[in-house]
Amino acid sequence: MKTESILRAAVVIGFIVLIELLCRLGVIPTSVLLAPSTMVTHGADLLRAGKFNHDIGISLLEIVAASIVSVLLGFVIGLVIHALPRMRRALEPLLSSYYAVPTFIFYPVFIVVLGVGPLPIIAIAVLLAVVTMITATLDGLDRIPRALHKSGLVMRLPVWRSAFFIKLPAALPYLFTGMKLAVAYSFIGVIASEFILSGSGVGYAIGYAYNNFQNDDMYSLMLLILIAVTAVNMVLNRIDHRFQSRRQR
Amino acid sequence: MTVLNRPVPLKILEALPSQEPEEAQATLTGVTRYFKKNGSKELFHALGPIDLTLMKGEFFSVVGPSGCGKSTLLDALAGLSEPSSGSVTFEGRAVKGVPDGVGVVFQEDASFPWLNVHDNISFGLRMAGMDGAEIKRRTDYAMGFMGLKDFAGAYPAQLSGGMRQRVCIARTLVTQPRLILLDEPFGALDQQTRLLMGDELLRLWRETSATVLLITHALDEAAMLSDRVGVMSARPGLFIDIVETGWARSRDSRIVSTPRFGEVNARLWEMLRVESMKVMGTATH
Amino acid sequence: MKNYFDPLIVAIVIVACWQVLHLTVGDGSLSSPWSTLTELVHMLGTQAFWSNATETAKALGLALVIALAGGILLGVLLGVNRVSGVVAEPILLNLYSLPKVTLYPLVLLVFGLGLSAKVAFGVMHGLIPILMFTMNAIRQMRPVYLRASLTMRLPLHRTILHVVLPAVFPEIVSGLRLGFSLTLLGVLIGEMFASQRGLGYLLTSAMNLGDIRTIMAVALFLTLFALLCNGLLLMANRRLNHR
Repeated sequence: MKTESILRAAVVIGFIVLIELLCRLGVIPTSVLLAPSTMVTHGADLLRAGKFNHDIGISLLEIVAASIVSVLLGFVIGLVIHALPRMRRALEPLLSSYYAVPTFIFYPVFIVVLGVGPLPIIAIAVLLAVVTMITATLDGLDRIPRALHKSGLVMRLPVWRSAFFIKLPAALPYLFTGMKLAVAYSFIGVIASEFILSGSGVGYAIGYAYNNFQNDDMYSLMLLILIAVTAVNMVLNRIDHRFQSRRQR
Repeated sequence: MTVLNRPVPLKILEALPSQEPEEAQATLTGVTRYFKKNGSKELFHALGPIDLTLMKGEFFSVVGPSGCGKSTLLDALAGLSEPSSGSVTFEGRAVKGVPDGVGVVFQEDASFPWLNVHDNISFGLRMAGMDGAEIKRRTDYAMGFMGLKDFAGAYPAQLSGGMRQRVCIARTLVTQPRLILLDEPFGALDQQTRLLMGDELLRLWRETSATVLLITHALDEAAMLSDRVGVMSARPGLFIDIVETGWARSRDSRIVSTPRFGEVNARLWEMLRVESMKVMGTATH
Repeated sequence: MKNYFDPLIVAIVIVACWQVLHLTVGDGSLSSPWSTLTELVHMLGTQAFWSNATETAKALGLALVIALAGGILLGVLLGVNRVSGVVAEPILLNLYSLPKVTLYPLVLLVFGLGLSAKVAFGVMHGLIPILMFTMNAIRQMRPVYLRASLTMRLPLHRTILHVVLPAVFPEIVSGLRLGFSLTLLGVLIGEMFASQRGLGYLLTSAMNLGDIRTIMAVALFLTLFALLCNGLLLMANRRLNHR
């Protein structure tokens, strides 16, 4: 296990070093890409000066809101659907083909209905993320072995106790995977929407910087998102790993 | 640990004297296998040292407690893996990679699910670029021999476990191997099917005049099918006994009712019981 | 036919909710199902629509071919070696969950505006799932197939062509299903903000004009198209999984 982590780190670092070299040597012109070191230093300056703090705040707010809504909504909907097998069979084609449709095409619809601002952005992000949470909830509830459910019956537990003390812990590893994906999709949904059309947020700021040839701001912000996503992923993955050992195969 | 311990042979009355001069098909000399344990520097002694000479045309079985290295032995013999020490020869030449003339039937179903029975069986021949008419001849023969003619167009997913193993055996058969290695091929089958498959295996052996090495955990199977049975110790596996059954070449499953069968069986279990108990005692699940 | 009945009910319910929403927010914000349908039918008769649609189709086709070829090739390379597979997986997963829009300016700076940028967006989105599905399929392939091909003394290239690829084919199709949707998404998003042609561009220009009818008609068209392709690939998947 250890060797693989080292190799992985080596690959990533090696790649970054390569890019840095190519930029410094002028093989990649600065009009196209800035050297990673420049991105970092400029980014640090930006953060200190607080130039984009407002945008970062807005994006953060939207991402957190979208994550929470999609996780809770997805979980509840998943629970309901799981309890009604007939409804589940009816919704099955919808759920399995949901991600076939490029949901972003509905973004203009949301803007027209909800106006410009955080609301359509959160709406689209939730629309993107909620179904993966529903699917993960269904999957998790499915995988609770019948033996556990029967044990609850044998112990004569009332329905809600069985749900809370047996079903929830048993399904938790799968629910958590759903949460991980929901957060990832929320991230993507928010940033992409801001990029396409918005007046604020990190996505918008990147688009604005691009249109105004402010490459340094643009790349520093891009790097910020990259780091944020990686960091969040690492944390969530670490927690997910703890759950992995409990997964039924 | 005791190495080779040839018992006083209880040669049987039905044995017909061999016409051919005794010749070795394959040999293992001082073969050992060590594995690296995951995450530690320690080496795991899986097998050996093994000394074995397989005579041409004989039917040799290997029995032993679980984990004793039987499959590792087969891998070394087939050239699927290199031994940590010792040498393996096939028809007098050192084994490097799988030699031409060796066929292997695995424990798991190795039939290709994306090909039907006919294409599965002819696969090896097609890959070798054999002439179409010859492929047809051999494939038809193998299908007829293994009773698969009616299933030529079926896919493995539609067949039972026993049928799929027959497909795998047929796929080996068409290459006309001189040494056939089988690693617990009937392990997943029920008892009755096993007995019948045993008869088929004997039929195959007689038809092809190949040398057969069978690995099995079923003592009765080994006792019934083989000319000689090698009993392996618990890990690291060594041969602690090689029992000669002395059966006639024309045998089938009906020999299970003879008293001699009972003796061979008892003899095998006598040696194996001690070794199996060792495995049970040290099991730390 | 029973199992077509319930989903049909669901579809009807969705349309009904749509109608109710339309009545609530008014025609200026959301067109009704019927008017959207008529608008779509009308649009399908116009030259303008089809020239945009073929633009998108061109980009999609190119992107798919590249994503498929690249994904399978890289997936095989990374999958056959045990170590590379383990090392690569978290990196790929991370790249997958990255909002790829963040890299769009970079793509534009490299490829400029136009077809190649759109194709690049599409490939960026679709390559990784195809790669990962292929890679994982190879890692999880039953080892006995490789051992069988060893005993049949097959050379490496034949093993890969005649044993490995057929064995992982169903998973490649699954990856393609996901990759298809994502590639389409990538191409559309690219058109939505960085192109003067294509269905994505049609969407944004209609949005700037407040032309909700066109927006919804195009959205409906894309939805039906995506569902159709997904359905076909799903059918193909099901047939392969009967093995």
